[in-house]
Amino acid sequence: MNREDFPLLGDDIIYFDNSATSLKPKCVIDKIRDYYTNYPANAHRGDYDLSYKVDQEYEETRSLVKEFINAQELEEIIFTSGTTEALNMVVNGFFAPLLEANDEVLITTSEHASNVLPWFRLVKTNNIKVNYIPLDSNYYLTIDNLKKVITPNTKVISIAGITNVIGDIRPVKEICKIAHEHNIFVVLDGAQMVPHMKVDVEDLDVDFLVFSAHKMCGPTGVGVLYGKKELLEHLEPMILGGGMNESFDNPHEVYLKELPARLEAGTRNIAGVIGFGEAIRYLKEIGMDNIHKYELDLRKYLIDKLMPLKHIDIINIESDSGIVTFNVTDVFSQDVAYYLNKYNICVRAGNHCAKILKSSVGVNNTVRISLYFYNTYEEIDNLVELLSDYDKILKEMI
Amino acid sequence: MNNENTRKIIMDNYLNPYNRLMPKGEGYVKANTRNESCIDNIDLYVKFDGDKLADITFMGDACAISISSTSIMIKNLIGKTKNEALEYILEFEKMIDGKEFNKELLKDACVYEEISKQGSRKVCASLPLKGIKKAILEFLE
Repeated sequence: MNREDFPLLGDDIIYFDNSATSLKPKCVIDKIRDYYTNYPANAHRGDYDLSYKVDQEYEETRSLVKEFINAQELEEIIFTSGTTEALNMVVNGFFAPLLEANDEVLITTSEHASNVLPWFRLVKTNNIKVNYIPLDSNYYLTIDNLKKVITPNTKVISIAGITNVIGDIRPVKEICKIAHEHNIFVVLDGAQMVPHMKVDVEDLDVDFLVFSAHKMCGPTGVGVLYGKKELLEHLEPMILGGGMNESFDNPHEVYLKELPARLEAGTRNIAGVIGFGEAIRYLKEIGMDNIHKYELDLRKYLIDKLMPLKHIDIINIESDSGIVTFNVTDVFSQDVAYYLNKYNICVRAGNHCAKILKSSVGVNNTVRISLYFYNTYEEIDNLVELLSDYDKILKEMI
Repeated sequence: MNNENTRKIIMDNYLNPYNRLMPKGEGYVKANTRNESCIDNIDLYVKFDGDKLADITFMGDACAISISSTSIMIKNLIGKTKNEALEYILEFEKMIDGKEFNKELLKDACVYEEISKQGSRKVCASLPLKGIKKAILEFLE
């Protein structure tokens, strides 16, 4: 779909590493160039037309994000540098002052490092406990398993909506319902979810949602922290400085701005935020339901073609996203990636930053194909043809 | 990689690497070496006898280039003095950077000369050298 919008796709490249980052359509690139060329002023500062236009465009993106995830208030949308920073803000700014010794945070072994390490730090600083919701034989998070590990001390469930190795879609709405019945907060890492399917924060009832622009056709260096307004009001700013303060005279008289400015100190990535707005317009035009359905069709096509290949071991045969993870018998994943690279096919090899997942899956490294709407059936045919010939892989992997 | 002989040396060392085993006996120091993309991960075990690298073994998971490079490096460095080993590492680094280097000194390791033209594979070939350099500098100086 929409391949003509992506300048890179004219270059005979097959890009299957969309979970790492997505390609950028021309409209997003043009929008960023337009900012730097025609109105490169700062935001929220000047009393002149150029700066006014910056404010309009910057805040328009906030409005687009609000609508895109169905948030209730503009103040609930905070621009960050990405998912990682947003998660760190939630953990350090909201939960660090709140959680006490022996409070429990539930995560899973398939979480990305950015949803693990900030919590690990609270284990040291606040003496909290990080416990794991067991995964089932497909490495899925099930409601039954969740219920088994909730205790009176559980205060937070922090999980990815779609994991970046297995690609399973978590039952977020049900998780939130159960969590809230037990007065537990839910933090949703939407990095792999928001770019690929409709996410409605009101319907899901998540407390915090974080995601990155660059995985959804937007620029790098921009992300979103969504939080229910009454919770964000209690999130301590980690970064202090310009743009977030109302006034200050001495250490005891510092007055901060209201949301969202309070959590957006310093000059933000203005070009990135404006470009992100264009990415959202672009995705809306295609339709998130269309994107999700197309990716699932593509995935099924890929799985059906890989299944008969005896030397291919698929880790996640069942999965409702565009992520397919596998290994080639007796070939190190990185060598598979180098082999495919010779034919201009970009795939990811490694542990995909989910370093504790190996304890569940039993393999350290895998090859990952992650699809997006601009991938095609023909590209999958090309990939499968190269993967079908085991002798060729062995011969050409170095 | 087009040269059949080069390919054969790399594959032989990948499929049957030299000294890929836990060290037998005591007195070994361990040096871990891994690359930035968190895939290749090798533990080197080095036994020093005075100024000499008396024995080296390794364990770990890595790609064909890293494993074979480790195997070749171990064969070439066992028995060398610290300064000889550092000289070897220096020549290897020159080769990987596409500069003039001492082919006699590097022996089989010359198979990675072509690697200098493949940016992402440079790191793989250099991985064990990085580890052994760390071990030498840390434990002998």
